[in-house]
Amino acid sequence: MAFLSIEGVSKYFPTLEGATTRAGQSAVFCVFKDVNLRLEKGQFVTLIGHSGCGKSTLLNIVAGFEPASTGGVILDGREVTSPGLDRMVVFQSFALMPWLSAFDNVRLAVRAAHSRWDKAQIRAETQKYLDMMGLKGAEDKKPAFLSGGMRQRVGLARAFAVQPKVMLLDEPFAQIDALTRGVIQEELVRMWSATQHTVFMVTHDVDEALLLSDRIALMTNGPEARLAESFDVNIPRPRTRETLIDTAEYTRLRNHILHFLMRGSHALAGRDV
Amino acid sequence: MDAAETVVKSPGQGQALLISLILLGLFVLVWHLTTLRAAFNPRGLTAEQLQTLEFNGDIVRASDGRYIYNPEKVQGFPGPWAVVTKALEEISHAFEKKGTNDHGIGHLIRYTVTRFAAGFLSASVVAVCLGVLIGLSRTLYQALNPFIQVLKPISPLAWMPLLLYTVQNPTWTAMLVVFLASLWPTVANTAFGVSSMRRDYLQVASLLQLSWSQRLMRVVLPAAAPAIVAGLRISFGSALVAVVPAEMLLGELGVGYLTWIEWNNLHIAGILFAIFVVGAVGVTLDAGFNRLARLVTYTE
Repeated sequence: MAFLSIEGVSKYFPTLEGATTRAGQSAVFCVFKDVNLRLEKGQFVTLIGHSGCGKSTLLNIVAGFEPASTGGVILDGREVTSPGLDRMVVFQSFALMPWLSAFDNVRLAVRAAHSRWDKAQIRAETQKYLDMMGLKGAEDKKPAFLSGGMRQRVGLARAFAVQPKVMLLDEPFAQIDALTRGVIQEELVRMWSATQHTVFMVTHDVDEALLLSDRIALMTNGPEARLAESFDVNIPRPRTRETLIDTAEYTRLRNHILHFLMRGSHALAGRDV
Repeated sequence: MDAAETVVKSPGQGQALLISLILLGLFVLVWHLTTLRAAFNPRGLTAEQLQTLEFNGDIVRASDGRYIYNPEKVQGFPGPWAVVTKALEEISHAFEKKGTNDHGIGHLIRYTVTRFAAGFLSASVVAVCLGVLIGLSRTLYQALNPFIQVLKPISPLAWMPLLLYTVQNPTWTAMLVVFLASLWPTVANTAFGVSSMRRDYLQVASLLQLSWSQRLMRVVLPAAAPAIVAGLRISFGSALVAVVPAEMLLGELGVGYLTWIEWNNLHIAGILFAIFVVGAVGVTLDAGFNRLARLVTYTE
């Protein structure tokens, strides 16, 4: 049994009233259908797909924010029914509390994860994760006074500080400028190899996926999106963006994914894999 | 404090202050000139007529023997000096109680502020609780909205006869009028602030498995705080508007009642003084509000 398994998950939304539905057809909209994906413990798995294919919805189902219409998610032998501290999400929008400083944002999470600790322990743990994400000196700043990159560092520090069983990254670097993105991606790799967390990420950034992932899954376009294929990324670690671009395997996989995104996902949409 | 938060004194500030002072000076000058009464001119009046005027107390003899208008008998609209004299006189014995209805201005302000605070604070607590409930539940919002829509436009003073009949006590009635005046804007704004709160804050709260009370205190209330304070501010203004006529109509001692007493005394300078006191009390309380707003406001 895999550590985290997504078993035959489909998501339907009721269509809005007045939407064109032919007689006999149920008034539902299928976002994706019958998605199966298994993650081993400590694995970094990335789901790539076009915008609107429902990959964030799938992540929300794993997080427990939304119920699956069919199928289910099993984490470490238990079915996921609601959000919990064993799955921390890193949001595309950062989702930091704007009224709290960087330190207090992380502390909120540490306090929630370790309710029996005393104040000093909580402070020390919070500082540890802020330091690990290179946030020394920015602790007292409110999110509004931090750059996008710094904000997502706080978001990552908050997620790591809880020590969840799975980290769920929802296009975490989409709102960060390209130069900063690379630096934070490499820091994420460093944190990930140090902590050996299981990570499930959704993105539409191919380079990001290849730099970070052990395995990549490709999703077709919605509606009725499907998981088209998944494959291992056999590029030795440690990877940096610099060494990556000279690897033959990188070029091969990159082309494969790009071909899929440009043609395949349209051709495969709605077709059985 | 962050650099961006420190207030930088802009070069225009000194100019604005200067213009304000000039406007104030102009206002006082115009007021003075329009209320100025020419010196008494005895020409064209017979000795008998002068005697009658003196007998009526309209004119008195000055130290040099000439007739002047009696400064004790004020007629027409008082000038700025009369108001300042009245103010100084009132302030000089601000904390005296000369009779049942003649309490010093210090006491009157205290009565009004206490009455106001009791009504406003209790209404705020009720309104924030109600607003949070409505803001969090779409069903509750839709169920309660019709009632709120009907109750909101009713002037709080319209409730007064009913309240007076029900509680049979003018002190409580005045407080309840303030309560009603400060209820609806806070309810509406809190509900808006809570319902328009970004969803990911609540998602983080549920990931961290915060308890119901932690979620309320650490996420919902801080997120909605700017909207709540904006609502409190509107409530505050409407309560301040309501407290003055409530005091007048109920005969409850306070700065609002002071204007009415002075009207009954036909003491126009007294009315003007009372109006300035109402303004001053409002400005002071509002400044306190500004501070509160700055504490809870955040930038996203």
